[in-house]
Amino acid sequence: MKKVIMGNHALSYGAMLARSQVIAAYPITPQTQVVELLSEMCADGTLNAKFIKVESEHSAMAACLGASLAGARTFTATSAQGLALMHEMLHWASGGRMPVVMGNINRSMAPGWSIWSDQNDSLSQRDTGWMQYYCASNQEVVDTVIQAFKVSEALAIPSMVILDAFALSHTYEVVDIPDQAKVDSFLPSFKPPFRLTPDDPHAFGGLTGPENYFELRYKLQKDMEKAPALIEETGREYERIFGRYLGLVEEYRSDDAEIILITSGTAGYTARVAVDMMRQKGVKVGNLRIKTFRPFPFDHCRRILTKAAKVAVVDRNISYGHHGIFAQEVKSALYGTASKVPVFSFIAGLGGRDITPSSFQEVVNYTLRHDKPEDDILWIGVKR
Amino acid sequence: MKKEKKMTLTLPKEEYVGSGNLACQGCGANLAMRYVLKALGPRTVLCFPACCWSVIDGPFPHSCLSVPIFHCAFETAASSATGVKAGLEMIGDTQTTVVAWAGDGGTFDIGLQALSGAAERNDDIIYVCYDNEAYMNTGIQRSSATPYGAWTTTTPVKFFKDQPKKDIDAIMAAHRIPYQATASIAYPEDLVRKVKKAKDIRGTRFFHIYAPCPTGWKSRPEDAVKLARMVVQNGVFPLYEIEHGEKYTLNIKIKDKKPINDYLKLQGRFRHLTEDQIKPMQEEVDRNWTRLLKKCEEN
Repeated sequence: MKKVIMGNHALSYGAMLARSQVIAAYPITPQTQVVELLSEMCADGTLNAKFIKVESEHSAMAACLGASLAGARTFTATSAQGLALMHEMLHWASGGRMPVVMGNINRSMAPGWSIWSDQNDSLSQRDTGWMQYYCASNQEVVDTVIQAFKVSEALAIPSMVILDAFALSHTYEVVDIPDQAKVDSFLPSFKPPFRLTPDDPHAFGGLTGPENYFELRYKLQKDMEKAPALIEETGREYERIFGRYLGLVEEYRSDDAEIILITSGTAGYTARVAVDMMRQKGVKVGNLRIKTFRPFPFDHCRRILTKAAKVAVVDRNISYGHHGIFAQEVKSALYGTASKVPVFSFIAGLGGRDITPSSFQEVVNYTLRHDKPEDDILWIGVKR
Repeated sequence: MKKEKKMTLTLPKEEYVGSGNLACQGCGANLAMRYVLKALGPRTVLCFPACCWSVIDGPFPHSCLSVPIFHCAFETAASSATGVKAGLEMIGDTQTTVVAWAGDGGTFDIGLQALSGAAERNDDIIYVCYDNEAYMNTGIQRSSATPYGAWTTTTPVKFFKDQPKKDIDAIMAAHRIPYQATASIAYPEDLVRKVKKAKDIRGTRFFHIYAPCPTGWKSRPEDAVKLARMVVQNGVFPLYEIEHGEKYTLNIKIKDKKPINDYLKLQGRFRHLTEDQIKPMQEEVDRNWTRLLKKCEEN
């Protein structure tokens, strides 16, 4: 069934089709429609779930973790300040191996107050042990939520499904809503191997000395290492049923590209427009959209980028004192390869400033003109 | 022929707390757990935020309790319990009692927001605060449950705590929750009766259990139960229950209310206090007592 829905509602539909059983959430712009629709779905019986209207994001994640440990499939959604408030609980989720799936709408961190998009909120949670999926269309949002549950539950690692504020969260697109029966066969009900029950009493998460803690974290990393292959395998299974593949990256005209633009989120689709425009002028440029930041697609980056003459990463984020965060990862991927491909680190669109096709043209023009970047950070559209 | 004397157990005989746990000598929190679990029975899940009990239970992979435990974040006892209850219900377990089990720091201070949220929503959980009147697990720092006059490691004798204890029971009453009660480990029958009563009520239920800490109070371990009795008899910590935030019932009546001096003298944390400093403390206790009696009489 095709529907015209906003990105936020795509998250709600994903959570509904996955048959989320407990949802605990707190409102924050620009996430509110996610939980408004879910609360309606719970109220009218479309979704058989408990919706806990908590008094903060911190409690939202805490309640999700309690429910997850009890054996229920859990979902929440937040953004920016709310995500930051959850930070402690994000560690609790991954450390406790609770496969919660959360939507996060990329919004810039205050101050100054901003409700517009950049990625510093979710990327600040890089080392919390969550998988992170960056979406570029509403269709991808619905599909990603369903697949994220499957991967998360198999690995006992939580997932964040991420949308740009407004550019995706509030944009209406045609979405093919997957058939519930097919989703049910793809994603069976949540059956964790251990759960909190008086029938088999255990203590979860208690005091763990140096003789055991290290191994718990080692196991978390070992399971995270399984994620790239599992995400791709899950994507292929999903493709067989629904005809759409998710995977870790999406390439656009990158096969013969001399310059590869690296993007994430909706900027990836804007980049395509720019790629087509530049191609008409004879510039061999392509796009690699990175869909999963954790696990990071290191192998794909090595394989695809080492063929190019130059790589231009466009980051809608910054690691202060260093440079763009995706650029760091890309450089890290290329380290140790024979390739000497220069990586240009562009920063654009902080605080929701538009990233347009002309932004990418500027990126490509600079990259064409220079053998290597003149600076660690190349700023696009900043007023100086 | 001599008549055989029979002992009658006044408490359920089942034990859910194992021996050899990590509690200090004379720990009131340990007894509180023992009595509460006797009342609730085996179909219970506990949520422990950071507190003495997150240590008492024993390090991984040990646990001294025969019920399951979710060790949760410091400020999340109530919200974690809410989530556990929702999760259990969604997978078809509607019978298990879910208990948030927190110290005074996790209740009066850092966990107050989550507790207020759960109480306002009237989530179907039992919240137990075992009150040892300071951050004992971290080494005796003052909390908002520390009484006026007390020494702690962050309120040294020269600057003893000069604010009264936060009235958490009044705060909870203001939420109009279906049931709440104070209890003391010196009155186990009263405690068990009230917990059993609460078990059959739906919605948020709150217990405030007075749990002496000999380590932190600089008192003798063998005086723990005695102090827990004296604090009731002198009206510092009266035992009462409140239904729907309005109906107050005094559970332990006091015929001859004792002065607080003897109670204070048994605890090193009050040793520095002069008679002049104790006098307003006594007056405060008397005022609170009169106010409570009035509320109980209104029923």
